[in-house]
Amino acid sequence: MATLLFAEHDDAHLNPVTARALTAALALGAPVTVAVVGANARPAAEAAARLEGVAEVLLIDAPAYAHRLAEPVAALGVALAADYDALVAPSTAVWKSVLPRIAALIDVMQVSDVTAVVAPDTFERPIYAGNAIQTVRASGKKVLTIRTAGFAAAGEGGAAPIREAAAAGEAKGATFVSEEIAQMARPELTAARVIVSGGRALGSAENFHSVVEPLADVLGAAVGASRAAVDAGYAPNDWQVGQTGKVVAPELYVALGISGAIQHLAGMKDSKVIVAVNKDEEAPIFQVADYGLVGDLFQVVPELTAEIAKVKSNS
Amino acid sequence: MKILVPVKRVVDYNVKIRVKPDGSGVELANIKMAMNPFDEIAVEEALRLKEAGKATEVIAVSVGPAKTEETIRTALAMGADRGIWVKTEDAAVEPLAVAKLLKAIVVQEGPGLVILGKQAIDDDCNQTGQMLAALLAWPQATFASKVTIEGETATVIREIDGGLQTLALALPAILTTDLRLNEPRYASLPNIMKAKKKPIAETTAADLGVDIAPRLEVLKTVEPGGRSAGVKVASVAELVDKLKNEAGVI
Ligand SMILES: Cc1cc2nc3c(=O)[nH]c(=O)nc-3n(C[C@H](O)[C@H](O)[C@H](O)COP(=O)(O)OP(=O)(O)OC[C@H]3O[C@@H](n4cnc5c(N)ncnc54)[C@H](O)[C@@H]3O)c2cc1C
Ligand SMILES: Nc1ncnc2c1ncn2[C@@H]1O[C@H](COP(=O)(O)O)[C@@H](O)[C@H]1O
Repeated sequence: MATLLFAEHDDAHLNPVTARALTAALALGAPVTVAVVGANARPAAEAAARLEGVAEVLLIDAPAYAHRLAEPVAALGVALAADYDALVAPSTAVWKSVLPRIAALIDVMQVSDVTAVVAPDTFERPIYAGNAIQTVRASGKKVLTIRTAGFAAAGEGGAAPIREAAAAGEAKGATFVSEEIAQMARPELTAARVIVSGGRALGSAENFHSVVEPLADVLGAAVGASRAAVDAGYAPNDWQVGQTGKVVAPELYVALGISGAIQHLAGMKDSKVIVAVNKDEEAPIFQVADYGLVGDLFQVVPELTAEIAKVKSNS
Repeated sequence: MKILVPVKRVVDYNVKIRVKPDGSGVELANIKMAMNPFDEIAVEEALRLKEAGKATEVIAVSVGPAKTEETIRTALAMGADRGIWVKTEDAAVEPLAVAKLLKAIVVQEGPGLVILGKQAIDDDCNQTGQMLAALLAWPQATFASKVTIEGETATVIREIDGGLQTLALALPAILTTDLRLNEPRYASLPNIMKAKKKPIAETTAADLGVDIAPRLEVLKTVEPGGRSAGVKVASVAELVDKLKNEAGVI
């Protein structure tokens, strides 16, 4: 049988987490069909067809799938489910909302946030904010969301056929009203190679702008935040890194004025290199930091920004 | 309109959990337990809707073994009107089974809204609300950060990747809470006393006709690969040198 991977995209672009989820889907050992569900989503389907290892792209294009509301997309997923052994999707806001709906309707217990495929029926997943790792075995049909930070992206260079499939299943009750999506010149958190995050210590949105962002600029980094910084309104909600925000694993994670609560660590402790700047030398963040600098971030960060700019311009 | 709020008893979020050395699970004996933080937010939202005249009754329901009633009692002390306890042998009931139990209770009680937490901080599944919505064929809004009820419609702002989305749901509907929906109240002493007299009905999975046998087999539970503290650097110059020449990341 086969695996169905739901693509994360915004119709015009395929989100890079899809290529990472594909690596997990391929590890199940069966041919992978990528479903692109959207409205005017052919560009995303074409991008999916170029991913290496894809057997086929299924394009289901209908106005009902604009914004990927959970009700119609889950109804479609249920209609498609019969042909596949495993339904897989990246753990994004869209698929976290849709996949459990499909799982319930086909009477399967979902495995959320898979971090490793041990065998086609056996998976690792974090529990308790990543303070324990569970290995679970699922018998029968599988429904999996993938924590993409831990999987390398599948390459490009494929040329899978694109097959159009009809919309299926009806669902009423929810209507889209509006969306406010921040347009950012920066890389997206979950795909970034470098992340600079700020905590409560920043004290204001202006300081995020004048202290954190210049460092992110010289590093070509995405910007993240602790929950305390988001709650205080210093940073938008989708910058939150942690157990209940984004889970990231960049090559370099720089934590500025973040104490290192377990809920924050849950979102970033798999980063390759961690740098922490904190004025409290006992701050728990130093227990996971490869390089810790004890000091006042308002003094340290501008210096660091200037130093790195110098290094970059010399190389 | 009744509002049903499922509340889960979990290890307090401040506790650093310990994994049992034999790999059989997480140490739960003599550990401080509390209501799942997202469920406190759900209770608070239900109470605010009642206070605003949008709801008539708030019912807290929990699925779990002995002592689960303490968590229901916490919801009652915050202001919920009554409780329902689905008694189980085991604490680890899977989201699919919880959703089926909740569906049976929804059918009995007929609420106009069910507000759940977006995720339980022990299993971190983030499934139950969506599954319940599917089983009832109700619309859902997950990760709610603002809820407005007008007549038969709930308008909900949700936290999504990249920003915020607003949906309109026809009631009855399912909501799951995100952190910034509200700040839950503390129970006052008089309300804690009053809560002792509020009723908690008891039922079981068998009474509700639901099979809650687990579907997933947990093979083992282990500590995550540890990460040890690195070095403290004395200056920005030293930091930049290490990042460039030792770690090679800039
Ligand atoms: C259910 C639940 C879910 C949660 N989910 C998340 C989550 O997903 N992500 C998350 O981040 N948190 C989450 N939290 C919150 C978490 O517990 C912490 O409260 C939060 O991470 C703290 O943020 P912070 O480190 O910015 O603030 P604080 O803990 O207040 O730390 C501020 C730090 O800044 C340092 N500092 C102050 N001034 C300076 C200065 N001038 N220079 C340098 N350092 C300075 C201080 O020494 C301190 O260490 C969650 C909590 C709960 C209950
Ligand atoms: N045993 C339970 N009893 C009551 N509510 C629960 C239980 N398990 C899960 N829930 C509800 O479902 C939400 C999501 O849980 P989960 O899907 O396990 O992450 C929680 O925040 C609760 O509102």
